[in-house]
Amino acid sequence: MSSPVDQAKNAEKFLADTVHEQRLDKLLWAMRMRRDAAARQVPEWEELRTLASGIKEHTLSKLSDYLTQFEARATANGVIVHWARDAHEHNQIVYDLLAQQGANTLVKSKSMLTEECELRPFLERRGVRVTETDLGERIQQLDDQPPGHIIGPSIHKTNKDVAVLFSQKYGSDPNNEDTAYLAGVMRENTRPDFLHAPAGMTGANFVVAETGAIVVATNEGNADLSAHTPPLHICSVGIEKIIPTTESLAVFIRLLARSATGDTITQYTSTFRGPRKGAAMHVILVDNGRSARLSMKRFWHSLKCIRCAACMNTCPVYRRSGGLSYGSTYMGPIGIIMMPTFEIRKYRELPFASTLNGSCTNVCPVKIDIHEQIYGWREVMEENHQIQVVKKEAMRVADKVLSHPALYQIATATLSSALEVLPHFAVYNRLNAWGEHRDVPEAARETFHEWYRTHRPKKNEAVKRG
Amino acid sequence: MNSTQALSKNTILDAVRGNQPVAQPMPTIPHFHTNKPADLVATFCESIARMAGVVVTKDVPDLDSFLRVKFPDARVVCSAIPEYAGTIKPASLNHWSEASAIDVCILRSPMGVAETGSILLSDVELQVNTIAFLAHDLVVLLDPKQIVSNIHDAYEHPYFKLRPYSVLMTGPSGSGDIGAIVVHPAQAAKTLTVLLSPAPNTGKRTG
Repeated sequence: MSSPVDQAKNAEKFLADTVHEQRLDKLLWAMRMRRDAAARQVPEWEELRTLASGIKEHTLSKLSDYLTQFEARATANGVIVHWARDAHEHNQIVYDLLAQQGANTLVKSKSMLTEECELRPFLERRGVRVTETDLGERIQQLDDQPPGHIIGPSIHKTNKDVAVLFSQKYGSDPNNEDTAYLAGVMRENTRPDFLHAPAGMTGANFVVAETGAIVVATNEGNADLSAHTPPLHICSVGIEKIIPTTESLAVFIRLLARSATGDTITQYTSTFRGPRKGAAMHVILVDNGRSARLSMKRFWHSLKCIRCAACMNTCPVYRRSGGLSYGSTYMGPIGIIMMPTFEIRKYRELPFASTLNGSCTNVCPVKIDIHEQIYGWREVMEENHQIQVVKKEAMRVADKVLSHPALYQIATATLSSALEVLPHFAVYNRLNAWGEHRDVPEAARETFHEWYRTHRPKKNEAVKRG
Repeated sequence: MNSTQALSKNTILDAVRGNQPVAQPMPTIPHFHTNKPADLVATFCESIARMAGVVVTKDVPDLDSFLRVKFPDARVVCSAIPEYAGTIKPASLNHWSEASAIDVCILRSPMGVAETGSILLSDVELQVNTIAFLAHDLVVLLDPKQIVSNIHDAYEHPYFKLRPYSVLMTGPSGSGDIGAIVVHPAQAAKTLTVLLSPAPNTGKRTG
């Protein structure tokens, strides 16, 4: 059994390094601001969030039907569908497919599921050389670190860090910290792997039951290259990624990149329905605890997540402690509510890595009640005697805040209000397990509550459904 | 499917059936045409420019001259359109990795999306899907009449239900993984140039 991750202690190490800490905070807050600007450009933004939430809840309530439909359609398209109950089964299926092909190298685009399953070490122990083809993921691979962020795996690293790493691994100029130069070094070194690899692997952002398609969004084009250049394409996907129709896909595509980076869409939004002539396409549907989470009345909504990372970018704790401090595959607010479902003892401390300010819930494109689930997990930890005395006190304080919605809104409204109110019962003092030794986190300049009061349509101006 | 696989499938589906919440209704999805841009072409041009794509709106009567000026060092020009020969055709590639030798690739897209500045491509246009990713520079012809308003309209295109592969491509490859600032290129095409050019059979969708 793994020992519990001490996120607060890990965060202290990151906080001590002011260069990295301040840079990460600034970069992520800029992403959050770009997300807000992008959302404001879309008049129907709130309606899209409601639709996305509704589509996901519908799909999860009929998940067995949609999984069966997907399998039938994908099979009819020439895709070979596999089922994996857990990480080991998933990894074994991948390895067997590679072995059947005689493949000892694999080009792979970013997939948090394969991180969750620890696929790469599994394959490497069996002699398969894996090249991560997403720039950030490759940086982390070369540095022997897990991803620190679900869409920007190496975002905690400075240009200097990457320049030094690439010089050690690729022999490039250690003093050239220009971003375009460093991306060029990656391109030059990865391209031969694409051309010669016998197998490629991708994850999937969405799986469409109606068409048997998988949909992958990237900016680098590395998923398309991984899927198309070799003769074998393996796609791993969690069973919760399924959506009913192509029509519903549109809702999520409109929300995903805007929520993640503030862009309207990713450079490549690719739909793979079947193999090309002479090639093979395999899809592995992975459970690994998801069906069990579906039974958790209080927590099953976390399965709606589309992995945009908006909750991480807005979280004052994540921004100031870095993703690696969570010691987990998924980090930040969404990680806090997902990881205990995998291993409760190991991740018992994570629910306290939050100020419960609710901004994660406000930015979530599929309306997961993230901060309420974080609070719920604190209660579970108490019920299971997983927490220390100080953290029990912190939880009682949070209880007081959440039980008074008006007070809670004041506490999250403005920086000055936060300074005025939060130190007494949420952030600053020793009762907050995370806030100890740290400054008051920066409050959003405009919270969702404020934004909505300003922007909500009047009743007679409601958007007409067409 | 072998016996282990059948067991895994049944175990997962049984667990899901036993645990899934009470059935909830599927929402009706509007297309939000009340917010349709007044000028689809202008909006498309603004949107793709934000993603580092280049649009040429004026008529290009001589594609060959245009390419010689824009890509003077190009040696291998792959044309996937019937009206232009190029130096090679996709069909001449024996292996899909051979597309890495292409300097410039010429294609025609059957649809643009004003909201995002995306163009649609599929295995129909590409023939060899890697040509759009391994070629260094892409030039894509697009009939301005085939620009749709938003992503809801875009996903009505039959390709998404019929073709093995289709992609909404929006600008050249890029990465924001270092410093959260997007730079171009990343792994795939270095540039994307869209020429607004009426299709030989105007208004007719393929697929």
